[in-house]
Amino acid sequence: MEYLIIIISAIFVNNILLSQFLGVCPFLGVSNKLSTAVGMSGAVCFVITLATLVTYMIQNYVLDSCGIGFMQTIAFILVIAALVQMVEIVLKKVSPALYQALGIFLPLITTNCAVLGVALIVVTKEFTFGGEAHMLNLGESVVYAFATSLGFGLAMILFAGLREQLALNSVPKAFKGIPIALVTASILAMAFMGFSGLV
Amino acid sequence: MGKFQLITKGLVKENPTFVLLLGMCPTLATTTSAINGMSMGLATMFVLILSNMAISAIAGLIPDKVRIPAYIVVIATFVTLLQFVMQAYTPAVYETLGLFIPLIVVNCIVLGRAEAFANKNSVIDSACDGIGIGLGFTLSLTVLGLVREILGSGSAFGFKFIPGDGVLCFVLAPGAFLVLGYLIVVFRKLTSKK
Repeated sequence: MEYLIIIISAIFVNNILLSQFLGVCPFLGVSNKLSTAVGMSGAVCFVITLATLVTYMIQNYVLDSCGIGFMQTIAFILVIAALVQMVEIVLKKVSPALYQALGIFLPLITTNCAVLGVALIVVTKEFTFGGEAHMLNLGESVVYAFATSLGFGLAMILFAGLREQLALNSVPKAFKGIPIALVTASILAMAFMGFSGLV
Repeated sequence: MGKFQLITKGLVKENPTFVLLLGMCPTLATTTSAINGMSMGLATMFVLILSNMAISAIAGLIPDKVRIPAYIVVIATFVTLLQFVMQAYTPAVYETLGLFIPLIVVNCIVLGRAEAFANKNSVIDSACDGIGIGLGFTLSLTVLGLVREILGSGSAFGFKFIPGDGVLCFVLAPGAFLVLGYLIVVFRKLTSKK
């Protein structure tokens, strides 16, 4: 039951892009075409889940047991950067097709704040289930990370579809590009607010 | 370019928020009020100035191939420092900004200035560049926060001057996107006339 709550809350209610504003740079940057949005979402999904698994273990088994929990920012960003690099190398060798699809997006992900954001959320924030708050355990963290990245993908793909349509319309000159995209995102965020209260 | 120009160019010509469209996550997330926007801007400015100076000073020592990870470590160090300073002196602000303080590490403005400016300019110039871009960022965040606060809760910098509740939507997520979109349009109109 807790897993279900985590999943629905992460995908719809607290959507990472539209209500928590993490990972907005790729959301605005690579959402011009549906195909690139799908590629980016896939890569982010992969990296967030893996990075959260690794950083959770580092926080709980290395940093905390050494009493240097405050080093998390530095440690996490290094781990994520190394992880992204490693994923790139492994993918190239193991699955060239997937590498072709995700390849160009992987280096961009290191500075995607959604990855570091989720890694920090699961080790610092308490979640409330049925009235009692507790920290997430390893399994819940990974599920939370995966569901969050699904939410990222959902918002990203919806938004890219909207922007493809938007490109065909005539837009006032001053609104061209990012401003009209932001107004569209605002309406999308309003739509997602309809999910609040669901969990 | 003179020192003064280095500082002023960040305000209008190379404004990080309205022109370069960098660092969108904290821009949207922390501008629920003018004070919050300003605190976030100042926090980023602190990291930006220090990391610009440090990177400019050690740029000659870092091999070209590993420069990005090296810059990130420098930036992360200053962010951790900032976390300690804020926890000690401004715990309330630290609580409000929360997650977005450690996330300054991945703010593209900071890494962007390191790569585009600090690694090929002197320490003093880099500090001026950090001040300029930092001021531009702080100013944009304050304006964005102010507009959202006025529309959303009828107050400015915490002083309530419009009775009633205001349009709550502007304080919530949709308002952030909407106000930023319109502010960019206004900024474009104003600067294109000059």
